[in-house]
Amino acid sequence: MPYEAWKDNEYIEKLVEELRANGTNVIVGSFDKLINWGRSNSIWPLTFATSCCGIEFVSLGAARYDMARFGWEVARSSPRQADFMMVAGTIVHRMAPVMRRLYDQLAEPKYVIACGGCAISGGPFRKSYHVVKGIDEIVPVDVYLPGCPPRPEAMIYSIMQLSRKMKVEKFFGGVNRKEKIADFLATHPEESMNY
Amino acid sequence: MANIQDKIAKQFPEATFEDGEILLVNIPDAKWHDLAKFLKEDADLHFDHLITIIGMDWVDKFGCVYQLSSTKYNTQISVKVATEERENPMIHSVSDIWKIATTFEREVYDFFGIIFINNPDMRRLFLSIDWKGYPLRKDYDMSPENNPVPTENERQEDVTYSYVEDENGNVEKKTIAIFQPEDYVVNIGPQHPATHGVLRFRTAVDGETIKKIDFYSGYIHRGIEKLCEGLTYPQTLHFMDRMDYFSGHHYHHALCIAYEKALGIEISRRAQVIRVLMDELARIASHCLFLGTYCMDLGATTMLFYTLRVREQILDIMERTCGARMTFNYGCIGGVMQDLHEDFVKDVKELLAVLPKNIKEYNELFIGNVIAKGRLENIGNLSFEDAISYGVTGPSGRASGWACDVRKTHPYSIYGGLDFDEVVYTEGDSMARTKLRIAEMEQSAKIIEQLIDNIPDGEYCVKVPKVIKLPVGRWFQMVEGCRGAFGVYIESDGGASPVRLKLAPPCLPLANVVDHITQGYKIADLITIGGSLDYIVPDIDR
Amino acid sequence: MYDLSIITNWIHELLLSVMPGWLATTIECVAIGVALLLVYALLALFYIYFERKVCAAFQCRLGPNRVGPLGLLQSFADMFKMLIKEIITLKNVDRFLFALAPYLVIIASMLSFSVLPWGNGLQIIDFNIGIFFLIAVSSIGVLGILLAGWSSNNKFTLIGALRSGAQMVSYELSIGLSVLTMVAFAGTMSVTGIVEAQKDLWFIFSGHIPAIIAFVIYLVAGTAETNRGPFDLPEAESELTAGYHTEYSGMHFGFFYLAEYLNLFIVSGVAALLFFGGWMPLHIPGWEGFNEIMDYIPSVLWFIIKAIVISFVIIWFKWTFPRLRIDQLLNLEWKYLLPINLFNLVLMVLVIVYGLHF
Repeated sequence: MPYEAWKDNEYIEKLVEELRANGTNVIVGSFDKLINWGRSNSIWPLTFATSCCGIEFVSLGAARYDMARFGWEVARSSPRQADFMMVAGTIVHRMAPVMRRLYDQLAEPKYVIACGGCAISGGPFRKSYHVVKGIDEIVPVDVYLPGCPPRPEAMIYSIMQLSRKMKVEKFFGGVNRKEKIADFLATHPEESMNY
Repeated sequence: MANIQDKIAKQFPEATFEDGEILLVNIPDAKWHDLAKFLKEDADLHFDHLITIIGMDWVDKFGCVYQLSSTKYNTQISVKVATEERENPMIHSVSDIWKIATTFEREVYDFFGIIFINNPDMRRLFLSIDWKGYPLRKDYDMSPENNPVPTENERQEDVTYSYVEDENGNVEKKTIAIFQPEDYVVNIGPQHPATHGVLRFRTAVDGETIKKIDFYSGYIHRGIEKLCEGLTYPQTLHFMDRMDYFSGHHYHHALCIAYEKALGIEISRRAQVIRVLMDELARIASHCLFLGTYCMDLGATTMLFYTLRVREQILDIMERTCGARMTFNYGCIGGVMQDLHEDFVKDVKELLAVLPKNIKEYNELFIGNVIAKGRLENIGNLSFEDAISYGVTGPSGRASGWACDVRKTHPYSIYGGLDFDEVVYTEGDSMARTKLRIAEMEQSAKIIEQLIDNIPDGEYCVKVPKVIKLPVGRWFQMVEGCRGAFGVYIESDGGASPVRLKLAPPCLPLANVVDHITQGYKIADLITIGGSLDYIVPDIDR
Repeated sequence: MYDLSIITNWIHELLLSVMPGWLATTIECVAIGVALLLVYALLALFYIYFERKVCAAFQCRLGPNRVGPLGLLQSFADMFKMLIKEIITLKNVDRFLFALAPYLVIIASMLSFSVLPWGNGLQIIDFNIGIFFLIAVSSIGVLGILLAGWSSNNKFTLIGALRSGAQMVSYELSIGLSVLTMVAFAGTMSVTGIVEAQKDLWFIFSGHIPAIIAFVIYLVAGTAETNRGPFDLPEAESELTAGYHTEYSGMHFGFFYLAEYLNLFIVSGVAALLFFGGWMPLHIPGWEGFNEIMDYIPSVLWFIIKAIVISFVIIWFKWTFPRLRIDQLLNLEWKYLLPINLFNLVLMVLVIVYGLHF
């Protein structure tokens, strides 16, 4: 997809500017480029779905949309081996600690896509007594993907956005991402759970 | 109906009756257990299927409405049991008469705090043990401070409680251990590839052999029933797509029929034909996905891609008419949202042309495979009696020999005038459940073939009042969803939103029966059996 | 047929002429080690790509095609990603064994690598019990899997490891017996000897019925030995999330992932060696011209292509069949494969004794 076709270039440009302002030396920079090329082209999802959006995720893997083209088809069932978590479906109170735990079990660097209205804000169930009003209360979210459920094309778009985001991050001496996560975790304390 | 009423009145003079579409019997709690036994065991009544238990809060009193049906005579009856007590409401349990009642009563306890005396398992079903209050009570405090989003792991108890009544009528709380101390308990779910969503089985195993399963749900409980109480009638419809997301059309259908019945609206034949066409298309798509994911669970991943091919074709047809791939929101009060797309007939005919070829391929690829036979045959046998007692309807019930297709037993819409067979197998094993779904796809195709050339002209949606207010009363409607009989119960006080809207999903009994039919099998069989029952977790939890 | 040992000998002489013997040997060891590692990694990456493409073809999909031409760089991207992934250290595990397990698995497959007949004269060690050595070292892998499952302190991994233990120990028998059948036919345990014995005709043709039976059994048992579908019970995704390696992350998981594909290559390589003549070109007695043309194709290519074709069949199994259950799996081995195998051994002996082979 050509650069001009993307709708949200200012966001990426802001990230790039931040990077430039911080400065880095050539060797580390080139290593970063190589690593970022690798990880932005190898995004393995965690098999995680609670409701309707999960079925669209299955369609995404099927022959018609075929996410294997981008190398995303290696869906891992174990969070330790996955790169990102597509929170597909409503998260309710009972599921919230489980989801947080899954997020904590993902190996760094890890990303979250909030997929569908329910995950973003609670969607049609926002008024319910048992629904979390947006998963960003529990985990830091990288990409928000609206829809109820989002079409598979939209899912491809969201993962491509994630891939773009990975490309402009620093991995070595990685500051621009880890700090944000650290801030989030400080306000949403990690529990002393026995993994 | 009068006959039934006389019979009950003779035996139970304290019972009072309310007429309606379905006869309703009022019975005091003290006599309820006896009546239940009588209703089930009397040869002329034979109410052996408990469809659902509807917990009620009438502000001045608590109670339950039991929906019963007879598998022999296809009659229905409602029984109302109430208690004046608000602090500590108690009703006698019927879990020894209908096995599914154990779980239904847990659900009522969870929502209303009504304790069932003699029920062996009085835990909450959907909410965590530390949840404050009972959400479906009218005086429930909805404020989020009351029950904040938990950040810590849920507290877990390895015991359950039972309120047992002795001969003198004293009720005593007893503690029962779920697992034995020597059991090796493996936790399967809520995040597990084979539970088809977020269901959790705590499984006690001996080596690889399953000894006992304790099932936990509520990981996607969104409180749809409570939400409906605050919405107008047309607004409640859109939740139907989000319960069993493959049976969206069917569930819409059920609720629409119930509303139209209440409002006395007669809809056009065109609208009825469109609804039936959509129902059957959705059934084929759902069974396709079942077959694919089921084979994937068993390790034959490739099958998924062949079945999804047909499903995508059906989704295309639906998308053209309804405008969405999954949450259609197509049925509405008075008919359907918009008219059929101009290419609809052509597209459906294309589908019908490729379907037999695909079904043949599925049979060759999977059903005929020697490994699949070894994995499925004689695994997870469910007997005829158990199927009824556990309320296992739909394809899973029919595989056990129970002819429970609502389209045949209580025909609705235009199904009475259509020519199709109800497929019934008697083996009751996983293989029968799988084969039956493939056979049902053929029957659905048969229905579509009959209708596709005869879509009558007319309006697709009749005129309905701007503000819809149901008259005072209660209505119950069942339809045959993709996974079994789906029922809706509406109680109205004449206002613009329902007093109580109970959704009786088919998947709760399906998940409930897993413990019963997996005992003694291997862990791998749990996946086989669970997959063949084909429950959808958001449908269980609502 | 060009003998590659001439080159290797020449290098050896060259080194000896400028330095003492011990130094030459050391340098050769290091060079071979590096070459081995390189081939190892490249083969694994190729196999990952190959499997993804083949599986996509079976499933009417395209498979990776965005990263690099035809998606060829996909597995390189995966490798870079995997290298930088965090390796999670767990509480309440046996740290030493937990870290040791992936290396054991990788070492087992590397040792097996050393005796494969890559080409005419291109072999790392060639000694008289080569095939015996191969069977011995390949069983170290199961130890790694058992350790991984046990040391993770997780119920799923434990079940996966025990399944794996039961499965591999059983199927080792079948592999051993079918190899024994072929060794009896060849009359030698030396890998070079076995290849040389197939100079005129590959064993699958010259050994006819018993060789074909042995090949089928070897293929089934080899699939089971590599934990691939329909025998992928130890990592049955829908039952045990990821089986014995559930708790491994980063490169530790990468080792298991690579070893899985490398074992696939080794199993197919041994099949090529025993039944399809190793690096030996296709020769048909009497067709001199044809034989000569075949000789022009380098021996290394012969071996690798044979191995890949056999692995294609094994991949084909995986994407076609549903998974077996553990009791069915053991039934298949102990009630069917083992007796057939024993009978086949007797048959082979009769064939040899009465000279009924070609």
